[in-house]
Amino acid sequence: MSHDHTTPGHDAAHAAEGGHAPSTFRGYMTGFVLSVILTVIPFWLVMDGVLAGSGATALAILGIGAVQMVVHMVYFLHMNPRSEGGWTLLALIFTVIIVAIALAGSLWVMYHLNVNMMPGHLHDMSSM
Amino acid sequence: MSDTHILHAPAAGGPAAADDSRFIVREPHHPENGTLLGFWIYLMSDCLIFACLFAVYGVQGRAYAGGPTGAQLFDLPLVAVNTAMLLLSSITYGFAMLESQRGRLRQTLGWLVVTGLFGLAFLGLELHEFHHLIEHGAGPGRSAFLSSFFTLVGTHGLHVTFGIVWLVTLLFQLGRHGLIPENRRRLMCLSMFWHFLDVVWIGVFTFVYLMGVLP
Repeated sequence: MSHDHTTPGHDAAHAAEGGHAPSTFRGYMTGFVLSVILTVIPFWLVMDGVLAGSGATALAILGIGAVQMVVHMVYFLHMNPRSEGGWTLLALIFTVIIVAIALAGSLWVMYHLNVNMMPGHLHDMSSM
Repeated sequence: MSDTHILHAPAAGGPAAADDSRFIVREPHHPENGTLLGFWIYLMSDCLIFACLFAVYGVQGRAYAGGPTGAQLFDLPLVAVNTAMLLLSSITYGFAMLESQRGRLRQTLGWLVVTGLFGLAFLGLELHEFHHLIEHGAGPGRSAFLSSFFTLVGTHGLHVTFGIVWLVTLLFQLGRHGLIPENRRRLMCLSMFWHFLDVVWIGVFTFVYLMGVLP
């Protein structure tokens, strides 16, 4: 949205929306159709067992889930680099980084603890 | 963001007055209130709570303690219906926002009621699922898997519950005062909250239900 030629009076009308671009029917419907497709595909993949391996299916549905989250962010939450002068996007990027560290770190550390602390491995460690 | 407005005293004289314009940074648009940014930051902090619960489920999700597994417990058709309810409530909330932008109060209220009903249907199905699980001895105390499952999905359900409480409150506020700027702001905040819950649910049905039934 270019606010270059907006008058102060026009800005006051937009103040309630805090500088968010007005939503459109087209935007909501695009987001809705995309998310229906992106919801149906993972359910179909899992319920019909389309892909051979569990690993491949897990990777596919995680990827589709990530794409669907982006779709919701863009079309429903109206996330764009310009809203609130870029601060919402900055907060989002910061959160995504923290979430990625928390999730990947927990899974990684706990998996290795689980594997390396198995009773079968303990006498291997004592002989080292 | 630097909003530097250096204003010189008008008594500075001719040459200095001509230079003044150099120090005024004219920004294209500056939000008058920070409510929406503040609410967004609250949502991001909520996101961190869910990230911790997802991490716990990721670690404990296969610790069945000899009890039932996800593949035995999860009813995917029910989860699909649940997902549809939440997705439909998202689009109907979008319609409410569009009507409020056109200034049509009755249609806004109508779509908000529809949104609330979809939300209630979601909650009803989730409570039915929880009741079914607990009745069959798969309550939160059975295994680490079920503890983390109930904590994560229950926290999301609690958020939806409070979203519905907020929505009903907003219905009364809109009914009494109409589409005044304050109510438009509240509508926008609840919109962000509601769509955010849908984003979290994407994570739940992908990571918990769909991956939980994989062998």
